Parts: sequence; C-alpha cells; structure tokens
Amino acid sequence: MEYQDKQRYTRREFLRNLSLTTVAGMSIPLLSSCSKEEAEDFLQKHFHEMTREEKKVVIAKLEERYSRKYGKKFEISTKEAIPNTLWGYGLELSRCIGCRRCVYACVRENNNSRYKPQLHWIRVLRLKRGTLINLDDSEHYYDPPQVPEKGFLYLPVQCQHCEDPPCVKVCPVHATWKEPDGLVVVDYNWCIGCRYCIAACPYKGRVFNWAEPNIPPEEVNPSVHYLGNRPRMKCAVDKCTFCIQRVRNGRYPACVEACPTGTRKFGNLLDPDSEIRYIIDRKRAFRLKEDLNTEPKFYYFFET
Amino acid sequence: MRAFYAAVTCLFLLFFFASSAMPVVEEYMPPPMTEGMFPCSNCHATMEVNRKKRVLKEEHTDIKLHHAETMRWCLDCHDAKNRDKLRLYNGDLIDFTESYRLCGECHGNVYKDWKAGLHGKRVGYFAGPGKRTYYLCANCHNPHDPKFKPLKPEPPPYRPEENHDGISR
Amino acid sequence: MEKFRETLKETWHFYRRTLSLVARGSKAYYAWCLFLLAIIWVGLVYYLKQHNVGLVETNMTDQVSWGLYIANFTYLVGMAAAAVLLVIPSYIYSFKPIKEIVVLGELFAASSIVMAILFVMVDLGRLDRFWHMVPFIGLMHFPESLLAWDVLVLNGYLFLNLLIPVYLLVKFYYRKEPNWKFILPFILASVPWAVGIHTVTAFLYNGLAARPFWNASILAPRFLASALCSGPAIMIIIFQIIRKISAIKVEDRALFKIAELIAYAMFINLFLLSAELFKEYYSNTIHIAPLKYLFEGLHGHKQLVPWIWAAMAMNVIAFFLFLIPGTRKRLATLNLGCLLVIIGVWIEKGPGFVIPGFVPDPLGEIYVYIPNPLELMVSFGIWAVGLLVFTLLMKVAIPIEAGEFSHVSYVERSSRREEEDQAWRQGSFRKF
Repeated sequence: MEYQDKQRYTRREFLRNLSLTTVAGMSIPLLSSCSKEEAEDFLQKHFHEMTREEKKVVIAKLEERYSRKYGKKFEISTKEAIPNTLWGYGLELSRCIGCRRCVYACVRENNNSRYKPQLHWIRVLRLKRGTLINLDDSEHYYDPPQVPEKGFLYLPVQCQHCEDPPCVKVCPVHATWKEPDGLVVVDYNWCIGCRYCIAACPYKGRVFNWAEPNIPPEEVNPSVHYLGNRPRMKCAVDKCTFCIQRVRNGRYPACVEACPTGTRKFGNLLDPDSEIRYIIDRKRAFRLKEDLNTEPKFYYFFET
Repeated sequence: MRAFYAAVTCLFLLFFFASSAMPVVEEYMPPPMTEGMFPCSNCHATMEVNRKKRVLKEEHTDIKLHHAETMRWCLDCHDAKNRDKLRLYNGDLIDFTESYRLCGECHGNVYKDWKAGLHGKRVGYFAGPGKRTYYLCANCHNPHDPKFKPLKPEPPPYRPEENHDGISR
Repeated sequence: MEKFRETLKETWHFYRRTLSLVARGSKAYYAWCLFLLAIIWVGLVYYLKQHNVGLVETNMTDQVSWGLYIANFTYLVGMAAAAVLLVIPSYIYSFKPIKEIVVLGELFAASSIVMAILFVMVDLGRLDRFWHMVPFIGLMHFPESLLAWDVLVLNGYLFLNLLIPVYLLVKFYYRKEPNWKFILPFILASVPWAVGIHTVTAFLYNGLAARPFWNASILAPRFLASALCSGPAIMIIIFQIIRKISAIKVEDRALFKIAELIAYAMFINLFLLSAELFKEYYSNTIHIAPLKYLFEGLHGHKQLVPWIWAAMAMNVIAFFLFLIPGTRKRLATLNLGCLLVIIGVWIEKGPGFVIPGFVPDPLGEIYVYIPNPLELMVSFGIWAVGLLVFTLLMKVAIPIEAGEFSHVSYVERSSRREEEDQAWRQGSFRKF
C-alpha cells in the first residue's frame, strides 16, 4: 500500500511536470518568436478609435522605425478625405497593350514586397480576342518579346474600389473599410490575417503578405500614407488604394503616370468637369462583373 | 461692430479674388525635338525650297513618312518659308509647342477628347495648386510615323509556386 | 449564502478529485497520452516555424488562400453539430439506449469545437491580434461578417457542450437529481444551436458571390446532411471502444439506431449533391468550372479527381451498408461503413469543398494546391489535441457514468456504499 501510494505520487508529479512544461513550452516560444515591433504594436488601437494624440504617437513611432530600417526620413500622412470627392478610375481597353509598366510603377510607388513574396496590386490579363466576360481562359503569365500580340487583348485588373465592397462586409474585425471619398483601405495593424476578404473579392483585388515584405532600402518610397503605401508587415492583407497618398493631394496615381499609351484615367466622380465624368457621360463604359452588384468605381471604356 | 463686419467682408473679398486669381499651373510637355536640330531655320533659311516627294538622303534620313504619305509631304505641315513654324490649312503659322492644333485639323474627334483630358496622357496634379502637365500628341505619336510601336513587356509576375518559399515538393 | 459556499466547496472538491483521477491510469493510458503529446509537440514545432516566418511556410497562396486548415475546420464544425443527432432523440423522445451515452456525445462535440477553433487560429496570419476578434475587447464586425457570427456561435456551442455534460456529471458524482428547470433550457437551446453553428459555417462560404462554387443555396442543408453522417459515424466507433475498455454499457441497439439515422442522412446528402450536379451540368454556365475541376479536371489539372471519386464511392457503399438491415446489424460491416463515411465525408466536405472554391480564382487562374508537410503536421497536431482533450474528458466522464467514481466512494468506504451504488445504478441513473 505504502509503496503503491508513493508510486502514484511520483506518477502524478511526473504528469504535472509534464503538463506544466507543455504549457510553458507552448507559450514561451510563441512569445519569444514575436519581434520587438510586434510586442510594441500589440495593444495598438484601431485607426478609427485612436485620438488625435494617439495617432501622433503612432506616427512618430512608425517614422522612427522606418527611418531606422530604411535609412531615409519618412513622412507618414494621415490626411483625411477631401469633402465632395468620390474617386473614380477609367481604363481604355482598346488602348492597353499589356506592357505591365503600370504593375511595376505601382510596386515602386507603394513599397510592395519585391520578391519572396512578390506582391502585385495590378494584374494584367491576356484574353483571346472575342472574349471579355469569361476570364477562365485568361493568361496571367504571358511573356512574348513584344506586345501587343496579334489576336489578343489585355485587361488590367486591380482593386475596383466598389461602392458596396464584399471584402469590407466580410471582415470580422473592421480592419478594412470604405473611406468617405470611396477608397477601400486597410488598417494593416488591425488585420488579423484571416483572408476572408481575399475569398470574398470577385476581382482578386486583395493580396497577402505571406512573409515579411522585402523592399530594397534604396528603392523605398518615403512619402507615404498611413492607410496606403507605408511599409507593411507579414501576414496582413494588402491592396490597391488608388495611391491614396497621391490622390488626396490632387496628384494622379502612379499607374496613370506610368502608362505609355495613356490608357489610364482618374478623377472625381462628383465633379461634372472631371475626366472620369467625361468618360462616363460620353463614352461606352462598363464595369467588371456588374452582375455581382458590387458597384465598382473602376470603369473600363472604349474611346470611340 | 460695423468696422468688424466691414473688415471681415473685405478680407473675404480679398481672399475670394486672390484665390480665383491664383494661377493653376498648366504646362505642356516640351515637343520632342531631335537634339541640335532646332531652330530649323539655321539650315533651311538659306536653302532652296524643294517641294518634290523624294527619299531624304542628306539630312533627316531617319524620317520615313508613314502618315497618310500618299496624300502628304513635308510642306503640307511645315511652313515652306519659316521652317521654325507649322502651318495650318488657313495659312496661320503656329509654334511646335502648339502642334496639337495642326493634328486636330484632321483628327477632330481625338482632338476633342484630348482637350478633355481623355485621349493622351496627363501627369502630375489634376486638382489643387499643383502643376498639371499635359502630353502633346507628338510626345507619344511620332508625327511622321504615328502608329504605336510594339514594346517589350515587363516580366510576368512570379507564378504562385515560385513565389513561395514554403513549397517543398 | 450557505448554499453557495456549499456549492463552491463541492466544486473545488470535485475539481481536485478529477485532477487526481486524470493523472492516474493504466500503462496503456499513459502510452496513449504520451503518444498524443508527442504528435502535439511535433505539430507545435512546425507551427512555431509558420508563426515565425509567416504563412509562406504553407502552400497557400493568393490564388488558393485557404487550404487544409479551413478544410479541417469545416469538417470539424460538422462533427460538433452532429451531437445534436444524439441529443434530439434522447432528451426529447426519451429513446433510452441513446440517452445513456448522450453525455459522451456532447463531450465529443466539445472536443471537436476545440479542434475547429484551433484550426481557425493556426490559419490566422496574426495570432497576436486574436484579441481584435473578442467581443467587447476587440472590434467585432457584427452582424455583417459571418466570421464574427461564427466566432460567437462556436464559442457559445463550446460553452453549452461543456456546461451540460459537466453539470450532469457533477450531479451524478454527488448522486443528486439534476435540477431540470435549470439545465433543460440549455439542453433545448443546444439543439437549434447545433443546427446554427453549421448553418453559419455554411453561410460563411455561401454568402460569397465571388465564388460560384460556394454560392449555392443548397450548401447549408448539404452541410447539415453530411455532418449528420460523419459525426455519428465516428461516435459509433468511439462508443464501441468505450464499452470495451470500461464498465459502461452501450447497447448494440443504440449503435444500430444511430447507423439507421446515418443512412437517412446519407441519402439526403447524396440527393442534395446530385441536385447540385444536375443544376451545374444541365445549365452548363461558366460557373461550372470549379465543379469540373473537382470531378473531371480543368485544363488538364486533375489533382482532386481521384479523391472526390473515392469519396463518392465510399459514401455510396456506406449508404447501402447502413441501409440494408443485414449489414447494418453486423458490427464488422457497421464499422466498415463508419470508416468509409468518416473518410468519404472528410474528403467531400474538407479539401473537396474548400479547394475548388478557389480554383479557378476570380480572374481565371488555376493554382494546384496540395498541402505541404508543415500543414499536415500542424493538422495532425491539432487532431491530437482534440483526441487528448476527449481522452481526458472521457477519463472522468466514464467512471462517473459507470458509477465507479462518485462522492460517496470517496467519503466513506462502508458496505452501505455498495448497496447505495447498486440501488443508484439501477434506479436514478436509468431514470434521468
């Protein structure tokens, strides 16, 4: 009896120790695998819930961090939407030659990760002439010596900044929302990385930082917006913002400026004299997957 | 109190007029000129005018006219007497910086769209006090050979397999 | 106040006794637990790598952004919901043979939910921001986001499925009549709640117009039907193990009854699937692409085809095994049927459901997703966690249900106890 009790005790002790080490073993490496930055940001509030002062503190922290990391002085804007603006985009389909200049201009402007993972906000699809709706036969990886190729047309797709965005609807934590000027933005520090929005987007407008983003310091763009092109972190979702850092200052998005054929147009949908309104009022314009009722503010059109 | 209102009104009016008078800088891209060619009159002023259609052998050998060439030759657009100017149908002479007016004589619809900012390209700022920069027709289309030339495309995106370190097959 | 203090004392006492019960066991018990802990450890090591480097360590991409984790999650929610199958007839229709084992079924549901929640957590890119999803502390997008709904209903279901069996077990332990006025509302709530968790999980996919494969209103009923196949099937097997290694008696009659219910559920499942197949193939719109990828391959990519046809075969064979009384009422064929259902439904509603939703992606791209070793290891780890949780729960629940583990036996070791035991085993327990 005595012996049995003793044995039981040691067994019990063994099991207790085992379970304790398991719990400790589970939490310690988890905590230690968090970087200092992640620990600092752990309690950071949602962008909308921060007071003006709290925002200032966060901006200062980020500016210091980015400057240290990339060796450049950063300016992080939190400029709010301009009243009476609703940004809209126009893309002339018959003029796009599929050269992908926009894709890489976007990557440079927006501090996207360059490789492993490579993050592109714009995808240019090559379609056989004669189709436009069924994208199932589209080619994303065409690489001929010269474009345009005979028998094909090109359809660049990026975030369509829907007026009724399904991605915003599904986000479980409000990490993404539509700004008053119609831009769909992400609080990269609030996103939990569930990727439900990627599943919900009918345009593949959202991409994910599958690993720590990779930006060569000499190529980094230090003029950034908090909700736009600031350098991001791993495992948060990422998307086109129509270059929020530019358009809120009245400047064309980077893809518009990069296009060698003038395919890309931009403007304020509420301004009857804007270029985008000229397109909608006078040209044959349509939007991708209109049947889904997402009301994109990205208009494809034909000039004549 | 009245003085205050008057002051406020004056200030308001001042700002109102000042802001409307504040110039919005609109700038055209400089027309693309072959280096060292302009002004054309440097050479042409002393040369005899030759209206004959011919292959240019001594100078301008790079120009091969592919722009409705069956019904057009140099001096239909360039002024014969003043080579530093372009000539409209009505005989008006214009600078190279205004070449779009000449283009617009045939391409009226495109000209209309270009003026609206639709055809062609604009860079810089479209709103606010920033500088607007408009491309001329000739900045994109070679006037002697306006059809767009094919380009080498930028590389395709990585395929998802290449983009992933974690792939271990 | 006095009563409350009494309750606290009782609870603390029960808790202490439970811990010591869990810590003691046979060699086989220790070996089993250590085996599970070893798998958990391996899974954890792999998960830490993923947590460190990012989800790039998995084979998921922007094209197929959910994979094995979410596939397992979907399947396990179904498993958990299946507890309802045992709850409905036992509590409401007082079908005696099932009633005795219903507590075990609910604990099984709780273990499944634990696994389901873990699968969502390892799928999160930013586990450190998990608190953003916690009601009142974070910023929940309720009621717009179905994922927010899912967090609420799953945790609610976990709460119900721990509360009900634990309450009943504690009462059994102290040999007291459960306060039905208190617990019955929870039991009644758990029935629609089980339907709810699986409906919400189905709606999670169903609501996405971007993914035509999921955007079919038949989804929620299909989910429920397939859940009512796989969950009970796994429980038939678990009950047989339990009755072999413990004093708990589970009548064959109960197992056969469950099997019969599986047959009906499987019929509905296959019928709904064929309705979906008819609609897609007869109308033959461009939205058929994912279904084609699954059943016959798309543009030469046939990775899922052998899997789904194997699953179809398993489900159909199992259906007939459970339908024909001769094979249903023989344990060998019954168990074969259970195995086929468990695997068949896992393929159909795990990878066979989640992956085609992403192939082709909304811009027509095809990425062939096959989970990598890391995903497999992490998944095994989570399954091991679930099994361990279930084992430990059973370690306590079985002796209580069998009447071996009770307050009486602890307090006094008199001959009277034996009589009491006997009387209770025949009387109260059967009556409950």
